[in-house]
Amino acid sequence: MTTEYEVVIGLEVHVELNTDSKMFCSCPTTFGAEPNTHVCPICLGMPGVLPVINRKAVEYTIRAALALNCQVAKYSKFDRKNYFYPDLPKNYQISQYDLPLATGGYVEISVDGKKRKIGIRRVHLEEDAGKLLHEGTGPKTSLVDFNRTGVPLIEIVSEPDLRSPEEARLYLNKLRTILHYTGVSDVKMEEGSLRCDANVSIRPLGSEVFGTLTEVKNMNSFRAVERALAYEVERQKEILERGEKVERETRGWDENRRITVSMRGKEEAHDYRYFPEPDLVPLEISRDWVEEIQERLPDMPDERQARLVRELGLPEYDAEVLTSSKDLADFYDACVKHYPEAKTVSNWVMGEVLGYLNEKGLEITDLPFRPEDLAGLLRLIDKGTISGKIAKQVFQEMCKSGKAPETIVEEKGLKQITDESEIAAIVEKVMEDNPKVVEDFRGGKEKALGFLVGQVMKATRGKANPQLVNRLFRERL
Amino acid sequence: MKISRGDVEHVANLARLELSQEEMEALTRQLNDILTHMEKLGELDTEDVPPTYHVLDMVNLFRPDKVGKCLQQEEALANAPDQDQGCIRVPRVLEGS
Amino acid sequence: MPPTRTRDASGYPGFWRGLRPRKHEGRTAVAAIAFSGTQNKEVLGLKLNELGISRLHKLISSGEVTSVEVTEAVFERIDEVEDTVKAYLFLDREGALKKAAKVDLNVARGEEIEPLAGIPVAIKDNMCTKGIPTTCASRILEGFVPPYDATVIERLKASDAVITGKVNLDEFAMGSSCENSAFFPTRNPWDTSRVPGGSSGGSAAAVAAGEAIYALGSDTGGSVRLPASFCGVVGMKPTYGYVSRYGLVAFASSLDQIGPITRDVWDCALVMNTICGRDPMDSTSADVPVPDFTSFLNGDIKGLKIGVPKEYFGEGIDPAVKEAVLGAVDKLTELGAEAEECSLPHSEYALSTYYILAPAEASSNLARYDGVRYGYRAEAGDLLEMFKKTRQQGFGPEVKRRIMLGTYALSSGYYDAYYLKAQKVRTLMRRDFDRVFERFDCLVAPTSPVVAFPLGDRTADPLSMYMVDICTIPVNIAGIPGISIPCGFKDGLPIGLQVIGKPFDDGTVLRVAYAFEKNTDYHKERPEL
Repeated sequence: MTTEYEVVIGLEVHVELNTDSKMFCSCPTTFGAEPNTHVCPICLGMPGVLPVINRKAVEYTIRAALALNCQVAKYSKFDRKNYFYPDLPKNYQISQYDLPLATGGYVEISVDGKKRKIGIRRVHLEEDAGKLLHEGTGPKTSLVDFNRTGVPLIEIVSEPDLRSPEEARLYLNKLRTILHYTGVSDVKMEEGSLRCDANVSIRPLGSEVFGTLTEVKNMNSFRAVERALAYEVERQKEILERGEKVERETRGWDENRRITVSMRGKEEAHDYRYFPEPDLVPLEISRDWVEEIQERLPDMPDERQARLVRELGLPEYDAEVLTSSKDLADFYDACVKHYPEAKTVSNWVMGEVLGYLNEKGLEITDLPFRPEDLAGLLRLIDKGTISGKIAKQVFQEMCKSGKAPETIVEEKGLKQITDESEIAAIVEKVMEDNPKVVEDFRGGKEKALGFLVGQVMKATRGKANPQLVNRLFRERL
Repeated sequence: MKISRGDVEHVANLARLELSQEEMEALTRQLNDILTHMEKLGELDTEDVPPTYHVLDMVNLFRPDKVGKCLQQEEALANAPDQDQGCIRVPRVLEGS
Repeated sequence: MPPTRTRDASGYPGFWRGLRPRKHEGRTAVAAIAFSGTQNKEVLGLKLNELGISRLHKLISSGEVTSVEVTEAVFERIDEVEDTVKAYLFLDREGALKKAAKVDLNVARGEEIEPLAGIPVAIKDNMCTKGIPTTCASRILEGFVPPYDATVIERLKASDAVITGKVNLDEFAMGSSCENSAFFPTRNPWDTSRVPGGSSGGSAAAVAAGEAIYALGSDTGGSVRLPASFCGVVGMKPTYGYVSRYGLVAFASSLDQIGPITRDVWDCALVMNTICGRDPMDSTSADVPVPDFTSFLNGDIKGLKIGVPKEYFGEGIDPAVKEAVLGAVDKLTELGAEAEECSLPHSEYALSTYYILAPAEASSNLARYDGVRYGYRAEAGDLLEMFKKTRQQGFGPEVKRRIMLGTYALSSGYYDAYYLKAQKVRTLMRRDFDRVFERFDCLVAPTSPVVAFPLGDRTADPLSMYMVDICTIPVNIAGIPGISIPCGFKDGLPIGLQVIGKPFDDGTVLRVAYAFEKNTDYHKERPEL
């Protein structure tokens, strides 16, 4: 008899805030600078320096917390988390311990069409550490770059509500979408502005007590998260199946070997000796401030999705796809503003636009043209200036050159030929050149017309108005 | 004994201090003396007394999100005992430590 | 706007000697200048390095003496006595003279100069000075040259102060005798076999010995007031939050405060005027107005209510200290103040509270000295070993003791019993002060229960050393202002009187201190070296 297990996963997600300056000093937060050029005495932890809180970082944390349906604390403070590591200049991290900025929120995910609420235990604000580089410096040394040190970081701790690696991925994805909507972070896992650790345990189905958990780290992509968790769940199952016990430990995901490995030979007892940061005064978050931030909070994906269905009559599926990123939703909304046929726009955005972006591996913000240009393209079809087919050609050109559709049509002479006499001449020429086909049609072969029309389109390089060509043939046959 | 030699070793490790045998012994003795003196605080009932983390009644001290001047790389590394490629060089962290 | 006068083509400031109108007609009129020997000018029988800030300001701004002359007088004195006193860790003769010459040029151009302009000051070596080594008297910071100035240093520089160098202290300001310096102990100018007090021992000794006109110290549990008391000079710890801590190498962040060490109360007020005030770089710097502290110095204390806390005169106090301090209370009463005994019942818990809070914060503040980014690094094969050896070899015994104590007090399972408990007792101690300040304008007490003791006397027994600070610690715990001024001698060793005030009522503290000083001569005594 094999036991059925329930998977219990909680995620700790770290997100770098995209403030201009660091958490406690005025160094820039931009990614990718020469090592140790975005540093000052404060973020280098020089003797005598003091931190001063970046107001925007607090504001962004509150904004993120509100988007995650959290309660924002009326009173909060910073604490020192003491541990030694060479990428941590002061050998303590300014973080928040018992009074985080926000608690008690949730994120809604849909799993197999069913909605699930995943609890958010807390959101707190802290400072990032530097980077330790092991490459290119010999086997016995490491290099430290402090550019990232002190970048504001929020930690979002979920409740252990996730029941499968897939749910964990869906949650993480939703979290990213929401945070991206709020604009507080770039949430790019590959640049490290979003990082994720997981607490994983399993227990016999129906059991009330949690199993021993392991902490899984080093998951550097969304795919890695799902894979690592799936591996870890299986590993724990096998241990329990063998009648052994899961050891409480930290394990790292090895992407190459696709396994988790124990990160510490022996579990070192963490003793962070938290105490209130004496260099910073507490925070009193007024309700006015929270309301002000709430008011400026953009619609979150769920609300926006509902609005597209309700107000524009889009199918659920379209609405979900179009709101999967804020930039995409913004693009769509802007198109609809200029061209109010919601479903037509949706078809184009989901078809041509997303197709192009996926093919090229680009983001919506990389498009060289504006939403009103896409609207303009659709209007050209409506006006009969170009056909739907030519429109797709124009779209590709827009993607390449970023030029307005009207310009492209003009420059490439793609304008539909609607002059009856001009087309009539071509129609007659085609009939002359293809007597056999003409006969076939007259003999009842409907398909033959298609060939004839095709010949006209070929001769006009697709610019002849297809309805007109059809009519002219029928009149003559 | 308020604090055993084992405790002293543990605390020294937390504080990343290597201590000689003599230092360890002297510290065990001295810390016990001091901690014994501190038992005095136990006389006080502080159940309903709030802690004073700050003597000043200040809250919400912020700076605006403005980028200011950084150090040049050379300035940032000027005091470093060892450097390489614009970074500070340190002995490698051993797994398990 | 500079006063309109014809500029001397030579730019020689002496040209204006005696011609400039006396704008700062203050306490004493500037007397004729006499020459002793070839170089050393004397004023009222005193050498330039023996004069106070306000007197020197008048002389320099009027062109009667130059800042270069004053600075040279100070360095001559340093040359003369430094081998005996050993106050300095670093001398910046060149930088000082350059700055002095600049001030002289400004005077020659007829420009107004700041009250501290051109006057030599010694800086405790735990304040960061850009381009000048800052060691905290610790091996672990040997060779460290800060790339920035502490806010107080910026303020002094903006006032054209002449910085003579960096002076000795107990390592990381942890100590009461200056014997914990990793380099050498400083001697008490009144008796060189004795300690100058600590931790700002170098600052107090330099001022007492005439090796600086004034100095900056820092006070976490009495580190300005105690050495001031032992060396017979004036030392003030302002209200917590009055002076920016930015650039002061942190010992215990919630207790540390920079303060002046001067030869008299007037000078102290002048330095306070320059160093106090809100600093956006320090989140614990208070946004309160800074008055002209000299405006409190009118000698009038009639009707002022002074509390005398009985706990500060208890067990362990030297009878001579008690007598001198009670004598000072009589003097203040004689001058019109109303003195009355009062009680601060939680005083007996001060030492325990302090020796939990300060080491706890210190254990965290000193974690950054790990050999990675600056200072000393021990040779080691791996990182953990590098951390441990660097700290083992770089820190002295007292620093290690406090790091151990503080780490223990914060560690898992002991936090509530020690750190949290101490923060709660801190509340009780503050309430004690709040209560007495409902009745009194200020308190007077001894600065220390003892006078300067011989070197080596207390080094073997940490607790006996800690006891020396018993009267100053509560003031830091409550974050309130306190000053130590000379109030007597025992066998030729100075005794300090401590005046303690309400938060941000530093003016009243100075007022009482000034009234006492004005009517006594203790501050005029100078050690013979």
